[in-house]
Amino acid sequence: MKIEVLGTGCPKCRKLTELVTETVKETGVTAEIGKVDKINDIMNYGVMITPALAIDGKVVVAGRIPSKDEIKKWIGEKQPK
Amino acid sequence: MAECCSGGKTRIIHTCSGASDVGEIADKTARKLSKDGYGNMTCLAAIGAHLSGFVESAKGADENITIDGCPVACAKKNLEHIGVTPKSYILTEMGLVKGKTPITEKIVTEISNRIKEKKQKTRTDADKSGEGSCCCG
Repeated sequence: MKIEVLGTGCPKCRKLTELVTETVKETGVTAEIGKVDKINDIMNYGVMITPALAIDGKVVVAGRIPSKDEIKKWIGEKQPK
Repeated sequence: MAECCSGGKTRIIHTCSGASDVGEIADKTARKLSKDGYGNMTCLAAIGAHLSGFVESAKGADENITIDGCPVACAKKNLEHIGVTPKSYILTEMGLVKGKTPITEKIVTEISNRIKEKKQKTRTDADKSGEGSCCCG
């Protein structure tokens, strides 16, 4: 699974990266966590407001920091049944 | 342009960009408002195509405005389909007549100014209630 944090490096973007890292550890899933911080790359995802989070290329949230439970739910949806 | 740490509310502008004269004026108005820094214009077709980045950006924005040429209100309905209630502007309800309106810079500027004025009133009310903050808080 590939999880990407989209943002240019503001405090909220950094907070989201921390939160995602913690959540991945807690759930024990195997995931590659990456950052997308170039404005043109962010725009290529169609994201107009940051921070945003994409899982396997699909944007699941933009413009706010989601809760840990929300992140767990999105990760769970991507896990093989 | 992606927004963060802008120190204000995020406002996204969607327009029908329809085939009629009023659709074209709606499109030009949205482009002018975007160029003027009033908000960020985005692609309505991407919302209709359910592209996740555009959909989530609309859901996460502080404010979405739609500019439709006529009462069919395609832009407004596109937003409603994804669960977002926009502030809607319909040009035929602002005095333009579908099929009989010349596409001129004067009309585009007038409509843009009227939208800005209406929002100015709303924002003044919002300011009084203490709304509004940087997204990076």
